[in-house]
Amino acid sequence: MIRRLAFRWLAAAAFATAATAAVAQTDELVIALAAPISSLDPHFHNLTPNNSLTKHVFENLVATDAAQNPKPGLAESWRAIDPLTWEVKLRRGVKFHDGSPFTADDVIATFKRVPNVPNSPAAFTLFVRPVVSITATDPHTLIMKTAAPHPLLPRDLSSVQIIPKSMVDAKTEDFNSGKAMIGTGPYKFVEYKPGDRVILARNDGWWGGRTPWPRVQFRMISNNAGRVAALLSGDVQVIENVPTADMERIKSDSKLAVAGAVSNRLIYLHMDTGRDKNSPFIRTKDGKPMEANPLRDVRVRRAISKALNRDAIVDRVMEKQAVPAGQLLADVFFGTSRNLPPEKFDPEGAKKLLAEAGYPNGFQITLHAPNNRYVNDEKIAQAVAQFLTRIGIDTKLETMPSNVFFSRGSKLEFSFLLAGWASESGDTSSPLRSLLGTFDPAQGLGAANRGRFSDPGLDAMITTAITQVDDTKRRMLLAAASEKAVSLMGIVPVHYEVSVWGMRRGVDYAARADQYTFAWEMKQAK
Amino acid sequence: MLVYILRRLAQTVLVLAVTSALVFAGIFMVGDPVEMLVNPQADQIERDRARTALGLDKPMLVQYGLFVKNALSGDLGTSFVYGRPAIDVIVERMPATLELAVLAMVISIVVGIPLGLYAGLKPDSPISKAIMAGSIVGFSLPTFWVGLLLIMLFAVQLGWLPSTGRGPSVDVLGLELSILHWEGLRHALLPAFNLALFKLSLIIRLTRAQVRENVLLDYIKFARAKGLARGRVLGVHLLKNIMIPLVTVIGLELGSVIAFAIVTESIFAWPGMGKLVIDSIFQLDRPVVVAYLMITVAMFIVINLVVDVLYSVLDPRVRLAAAKV
Repeated sequence: MIRRLAFRWLAAAAFATAATAAVAQTDELVIALAAPISSLDPHFHNLTPNNSLTKHVFENLVATDAAQNPKPGLAESWRAIDPLTWEVKLRRGVKFHDGSPFTADDVIATFKRVPNVPNSPAAFTLFVRPVVSITATDPHTLIMKTAAPHPLLPRDLSSVQIIPKSMVDAKTEDFNSGKAMIGTGPYKFVEYKPGDRVILARNDGWWGGRTPWPRVQFRMISNNAGRVAALLSGDVQVIENVPTADMERIKSDSKLAVAGAVSNRLIYLHMDTGRDKNSPFIRTKDGKPMEANPLRDVRVRRAISKALNRDAIVDRVMEKQAVPAGQLLADVFFGTSRNLPPEKFDPEGAKKLLAEAGYPNGFQITLHAPNNRYVNDEKIAQAVAQFLTRIGIDTKLETMPSNVFFSRGSKLEFSFLLAGWASESGDTSSPLRSLLGTFDPAQGLGAANRGRFSDPGLDAMITTAITQVDDTKRRMLLAAASEKAVSLMGIVPVHYEVSVWGMRRGVDYAARADQYTFAWEMKQAK
Repeated sequence: MLVYILRRLAQTVLVLAVTSALVFAGIFMVGDPVEMLVNPQADQIERDRARTALGLDKPMLVQYGLFVKNALSGDLGTSFVYGRPAIDVIVERMPATLELAVLAMVISIVVGIPLGLYAGLKPDSPISKAIMAGSIVGFSLPTFWVGLLLIMLFAVQLGWLPSTGRGPSVDVLGLELSILHWEGLRHALLPAFNLALFKLSLIIRLTRAQVRENVLLDYIKFARAKGLARGRVLGVHLLKNIMIPLVTVIGLELGSVIAFAIVTESIFAWPGMGKLVIDSIFQLDRPVVVAYLMITVAMFIVINLVVDVLYSVLDPRVRLAAAKV
């Protein structure tokens, strides 16, 4: 609502003269973050905004490039000696901000602290748990052993930020106060005001070279309209998550620019395939309770997919800030298939499939969706409901705040839901395991499988793929599993979100797929 | 008087108990905090760990019992999101909200009462009509829209004031106050005016109505007849008599400005309690929401009490002891 009205106003203001830019200090870069951070402790709360910020101060053994492929970070190289043993060679000559040298002991100390952070609402333990032992053979070589083959180790290491061994017992408060904010990263801590801002200063001794901005200020402006206004007025030079409604205005302003990259987040539809009968929100065409669950028939699920005009959703609802999806993760990512274009819009074919499945007249269903979690989530759900109603599946829509939505969804209270999945590892195994694996907490499968889709053949393919240490083979196995998952329509992919940064002239940022905002990758442009 | 105040304080405790129980049950009904807090990629082991670490594995009544027990010793719980005592998280944001609220109230009183007096004394002048029309606009426009308008005009088009955020602050007896710093005051002007607009209109209308009613009364006529200076009639006799309803409204509005500055704080990215509580509700950070509401309720009760005491100071006819509450 606020966003919509804000857009109207902004549009109305467009006739007025161009914005008068406040003169920005050239040596300080001010960035507006779209979400507040909850702590500066790099091991306290596994949340994208927190990780994005603390990665300026602390570094990981493994870094990732803009498409989330692993690249050397504090580790110069790593290799699997055998399926259960990894050798990690550390970078030499790296110093922490307090001058102490970076060695294997710091990594061991970090691994010791990660599982023991009190009150952590979302711990990083799952990234260190696969490693059952970690030993240093010399100050710059580590041997990590895992209980089972764990090809994702390098990607897991890209989520563990290294602290100096002197801080092994530091408390979360010590990081928030700045006392423990001693890393090896490109920026040093200066100031933190909770809910307001974080100020960092360049680390001139960084092994990665000289970064463009001597001082960086991150301001937390979660209100979309406020964030755009701050960019327009020149109070900030870069903003995260440009609202789709303001896209055109920013693009058409010669003082501003946008940079977008397809993100690792998929927007998808999940269908109740777990219940044999009496799915809670499915009714016959005339509104009577329906015993059979039509969603268990793959033809019905395929019909839902064919009914969607993904191009129209991307064009009209998302203002082109999305890419139509045919699989679980955009093509640029690891383990995706080359044979899965987005399903073509084919309402006639959809009706035919419904008739074949025994529902020539369709049925009634309720689609549940969050209304404050994903970009334009409520509007996407409205479009989906309309497309389905056109092929005979009368779709009612019920949207709710995400705090209600996810609790109810995980209790399996819905028959049909729209949600999103960000593969933080940048690897197709993440959606395969969490969304499509048969729900099995002990195996770590199906944690977010709110439709309770289950296919033993697919489970076997996933399990084989995630234990294959050879990257080339694993890539092929994951692609094959993706193809199988899409052919079974365990979920219906809708689109991949595009993350968009807006910036003033003078700053240049190559947009990242992982939604991270890294000041050291922002260039000073003329 | 003392008995009256003590009785009122005893009622406070009861109200606080009811509030906490309602909020507790409310959040419990909205959803499961663990769903909002853990990373979606987390496995079951991590979900279970988080549930236990936050004390959410116990039945709700047990959780509430523990909360009451701790609350009696002054501990309102540890924030799920920040991992720190909920009270600390809130108190840290309090100066920002308080200074914004106080500045907004000062603006609305300093501007509102003179304008209201003028409009009441000269109801037919075009200026008065403009003032009254303006106050209707101030009443009816939604805060977020006016806020955006102010930003677009003063920050984007004219570039006079910063668009969002809190400026540098000065440390006064441990309180970080930004309105005492020139740059900080510049940051506070737009949000404070936005917050003040509604109250300003209210005070203008209320003052005008009171003035219109009082100027016709005998005591004013008598004062005039006695030959008192116009300034004295207005400043002493009239103003003192119209203050009683104004004090009530200003008192209550101060409370609401502090407690419900949420929209303004969000639009202007003002790091106050309103923004905190919205984020906390969204993340189902129950300890912060409960603590916030308890503080708010306590604050309202105290303000009401102060208003009642002020009555007796302003109007000797009001006899509190007789008000058998």
